Amino acid sequence: MLLIECPWCGQRAETEFSYGGEAGITRPIDPSALDDAEWADYLYMRNNPCGSIKELWNHSQGCRRWFGVERDTVSYKIAGSFKLYAGEEK
Amino acid sequence: MKYSALNLLRNGLRHNRDWPEAWRHPEPKSHYDVIIVGGGGHGLATAYYLAKEHGLRNIAVLEKNWIGGGNTARNTTIVRSNYLWTEAALLYEKSMQLWEGLSNDLNYNVMFSQRGVYNLGHTLQDMRDIERRVSANRLNGLDAEIVTPDQLKRAIPALNTSASARYPILGASLQRRAGVARHDAVAWGFARAADALGVDIIEQCEVTGIERRNNKVTGVQTSRGHITADKVGVVVAGHASVLANMAGLRLPIQSHPLQAFVSEPLKPVLDTVVMSNAVHGYVSQSDKGELVIGAGIDAYNGYGQRGSFATIEHALQAIIELFPSFSRLRLLRLWGGIVDVCPDACPIISKTPVNGLYFNCGWGTGGFKATPGSGWAFAHTIARNRPHELNAPFSLDRFATGALVDEHGAAAVAH
Ligand SMILES: Cc1cc2nc3c(=O)[nH]c(=O)nc-3n(C[C@H](O)[C@H](O)[C@H](O)COP(=O)(O)OP(=O)(O)OC[C@H]3O[C@@H](n4cnc5c(N)ncnc54)[C@H](O)[C@@H]3O)c2cc1C
Ligand SMILES: [Zn+2]
Repeated sequence: MLLIECPWCGQRAETEFSYGGEAGITRPIDPSALDDAEWADYLYMRNNPCGSIKELWNHSQGCRRWFGVERDTVSYKIAGSFKLYAGEEK
Repeated sequence: MKYSALNLLRNGLRHNRDWPEAWRHPEPKSHYDVIIVGGGGHGLATAYYLAKEHGLRNIAVLEKNWIGGGNTARNTTIVRSNYLWTEAALLYEKSMQLWEGLSNDLNYNVMFSQRGVYNLGHTLQDMRDIERRVSANRLNGLDAEIVTPDQLKRAIPALNTSASARYPILGASLQRRAGVARHDAVAWGFARAADALGVDIIEQCEVTGIERRNNKVTGVQTSRGHITADKVGVVVAGHASVLANMAGLRLPIQSHPLQAFVSEPLKPVLDTVVMSNAVHGYVSQSDKGELVIGAGIDAYNGYGQRGSFATIEHALQAIIELFPSFSRLRLLRLWGGIVDVCPDACPIISKTPVNGLYFNCGWGTGGFKATPGSGWAFAHTIARNRPHELNAPFSLDRFATGALVDEHGAAAVAH
């Protein structure tokens, strides 16, 4: 069981969260400018790193906010959590 | 030495001192025509069919640990072919047909036991999906039938078929030719048969780099030195993305933990395989008497061969719901594997943008059943440098063309 730090609520059990996969995948601004391979890369291709990953979690059974976690995919050790957007204080 | 009743007797009388090794442990050569990376069932089967069906002799299988210690050793061994879509059904059915002759073909008892697999339905929608899948299976020439709760009650007395259950069972699909096989024997049998055809099986040999020149593969770097090759076939399950990265490729794969466990042994209580999508659990009984139980994947990416406790609890809740009498059992062992999950829950058996480099991955939670068929199709793809018609729909470029084969949820439980 992972112990995940919600930036707003503090450390909680993994079962309170849902997983959002690799962080930092941004939807292309102008999809129609892409060819099929580029669009497939955005939709389906992933780095799937063996080691350090930055990933998205949602505190779905709590404050319901999205945030980022840096974690090692082999040891599962969590390096820390981070907020996704500048100015996202409160 | 051919394994036979006579040789068993003869060696027994000599206190089993004279059995030859089942496969050699050669030093790696400096060059191979084909290198297979990954000594799981799929990699060993690929090497075997390359030698047997395509006459290649200078082949190596490179395995970073010991053969068959990955998902091959960690799975719940369910074998079936009742997938919804024609592309998938025909591929898994090819595998099923190979299973049916495998022990003879390999001269190794893989203990393939066609004890039937039931996929339970608990809701009206489940039953509609089952009707659809069974009809699709029959149109594709596969054996499939629908059974009623009454039939289930007679066939599986321990199953809770009561209408007052929390999730009452409304019926099931049944594939009678489906069943289980002995995971280790599959790896060892393919290894021994491939070795007999001259394949070098090299354990403790981790591939750390894939060498290319002018977009053509030239060899691999390994923990035991540099080896050149004309062709390289990668079939490393959960580590597919890691190997792809070595060749500058990206895959649509996510690696997840998948857990399973066995109970203490008990007398025969379950002579078939029961799977339920709705409550999400699957169970069979091994020949030793242990109940073999599998969970769903852990949601997060993980290469750690272990998952979270909540996932185990969830699977056990499902099993207790189906078989209340199992609630007193203790678990003996639990473990995890690393499964390579593809967006459409179907494999990739494919050429890649690099000439002479081939990938076979994405089997996710359900590739054990495909071991012979996967090796057979991958061998064809490597030897001929083009896919067989059975695996042509499972190319890497389907993600760009959009021709996905969506087996998510369509194929009952995805194991
Ligand atoms: C808990 C669990 C339950 C499952 N239940 C079922 C089931 O009931 N039915 C079913 O059909 N399927 C099931 N599966 C899925 C099935 O186990 C896999 O799809 C299948 O075993 C994959 O076969 P493989 O030979 O490719 O994988 P593996 O046996 O994992 O082989 C891959 C090999 O590659 C090696 N390798 C990795 N990196 C390198 C490298 N750099 N260099 C050299 N070697 C490397 C690994 O050490 C490993 O031995 C289950 C899986 C798990 C984990
Ligand atoms: Zn929170």
